[in-house]
Amino acid sequence: MKKNDPVKNLLPFEKPLVELYEKWEELKRLSGQSKINMDEEIRLLEKRIEATRRDIFTQLSPLQIVQIARHMQRPTTLDYIEQVFDNFVELHGDRNFADDPAMVAGIAKLDGRSVVVIGHQKGKTTKENIARNFGMANPEGYRKALRIMRIAERNEKPIIALIDTPGAYPGIGAEERGQAEAIAKNLREMAELTVPFISVITGEGGSGGALGIGMGNRVLMLEYAIYSVISPEGCASILFRNAARANEAAVAMKITAKDLLELGVIDEIIKEPAGGAHNNFAASAANLKSAIMNNLEPLLSLSHRELIAHRYNKFRNMGIFEEG
Amino acid sequence: MSIHEWFKKKKLEKEGAYVRERLDIPGNLWVKCYKCSQAIYTKELEENLKVCPKCGYHFKLTHFERINQLVDQNTFKEINANIKSVNFLNFTDSKSYTKRIEDAIAKSSLKDAIVTGTGKLGGKDAALGVMDFSYMGGSMGSVVGEKIARLIELAIEKKIPVLIFSSSGGARMQEGIMSLMQMAKTSAALGRLRENRLPYVSVITDPTTGGTSASFAMLGDINIAEPGALIGFAGPRVIEQTIRQKLPPGFQRAEYLLEHGMVDVVCERKALKDTLVKILRWFDEKE
Repeated sequence: MKKNDPVKNLLPFEKPLVELYEKWEELKRLSGQSKINMDEEIRLLEKRIEATRRDIFTQLSPLQIVQIARHMQRPTTLDYIEQVFDNFVELHGDRNFADDPAMVAGIAKLDGRSVVVIGHQKGKTTKENIARNFGMANPEGYRKALRIMRIAERNEKPIIALIDTPGAYPGIGAEERGQAEAIAKNLREMAELTVPFISVITGEGGSGGALGIGMGNRVLMLEYAIYSVISPEGCASILFRNAARANEAAVAMKITAKDLLELGVIDEIIKEPAGGAHNNFAASAANLKSAIMNNLEPLLSLSHRELIAHRYNKFRNMGIFEEG
Repeated sequence: MSIHEWFKKKKLEKEGAYVRERLDIPGNLWVKCYKCSQAIYTKELEENLKVCPKCGYHFKLTHFERINQLVDQNTFKEINANIKSVNFLNFTDSKSYTKRIEDAIAKSSLKDAIVTGTGKLGGKDAALGVMDFSYMGGSMGSVVGEKIARLIELAIEKKIPVLIFSSSGGARMQEGIMSLMQMAKTSAALGRLRENRLPYVSVITDPTTGGTSASFAMLGDINIAEPGALIGFAGPRVIEQTIRQKLPPGFQRAEYLLEHGMVDVVCERKALKDTLVKILRWFDEKE
């Protein structure tokens, strides 16, 4: 996988790093040209870059986390499939209408074990994103996902779902072909699956479009992923009557991994490398892999009945209200 | 209002996108139909089950009116009436969610956007959920999800069918992710109902969109829609903004969904009780 250009990938709030990186590049260039040894200076500067980055990343606002979750270079489902799984065979189509490029699914090996892997697929360039519909699946995407889950179930193989979508696609065709029905049916059927099921929010967990493949026995989330009922911009424009107030909406809705762990909606946060997953694909894939394996292990010994009961109780208990 | 805004409003009204209705029909003798703009004698409207006698427009019903129209007299018994929403996220937009809850209770005299219970239709027992749009646009938060899950669990225990009347803008944003989780919870409960081989009839009324349509509302063994009801995943404005195209006529209306295979029956309100009773009697052949 190609190495990312560190400066080009920086987000606006990482501005203090730009100057440091420029100095660092300058030093490297000078050190290459002259005979003076500048290794010490370079090392110190690198330390400073890391310290500055740590400072920035320890006080991220929810909206800054949104920017990381949506970073154009953030690893996609297919990137993770390449790094985490072996022998992946992609399976296409819902056997009914079409294949949805915004949703990928297939069979694969995870550390030697046969599994099924499903996930939303975004692009990294505008061209790719248009081909992938920006990771916004149509009903046929959800129906394909369910078809592949059924293959897993019939063959007693675990299911891994990777979630990264702004939301299910709001289009004319999507409505005509039953976007609501496709998602609703997935929710009902996922609850009844007799095999271990792990879902991971790797980037954007956009509402029903995310949940449509997200009812795992265990729900994990990358450190800088988000998961919400509506985008902060959407919430701001409806409730605050001003899309520019997305920051307030992002804070109010509690959409970060840390908040969701506290609310009990997710089970575990998967650490990301310094500067976010896009800075080091290999490290984030390694973290993801070990988290999936650790969470899968205890589920493997559960019976069909126990797996269903576990999943049912998990979602049945979600909700906060008063009674009396 | 600028002249430009006036024209825009007129255009939207013409397209029916702006059918604004006041749920509390005033004590006036006459009301104006939101669709055909004809004046209707209030009493006549009520006798006609709140359907415009001139154009057939179905006015929204409160839970009270819905139960009165459909459930056999004095058979409805409410359950879980005392579950209340709380502002657990400390959510405040133009006003706090706490205040919104208070205002909604005062406006609708309801504790939340759904009333659940058991009752008889044509002598047949059913577990009934009736949503009410006048409580925060029928939005689904923790309380709606919990009441539906408990209703379904009760139906399983009593071995009776489930009937839910939806009318909801979707998930309740003031409860953040927890409102999304209600989609999972209600759908999972319906899965259990199905495993227990008990029927679920979903009656979809105007409007039913977002998280409500993408969970329990579309999952009926039989889906019935009221004429003209707006039913969809995304709201029409969101779609228009996304695709930057004009939407086809009748888009997302009950008849359009029937044509596209998403609902089984579009049923006029005056025939609804008969239809439901026929269905319940089909499922349960005992006299």
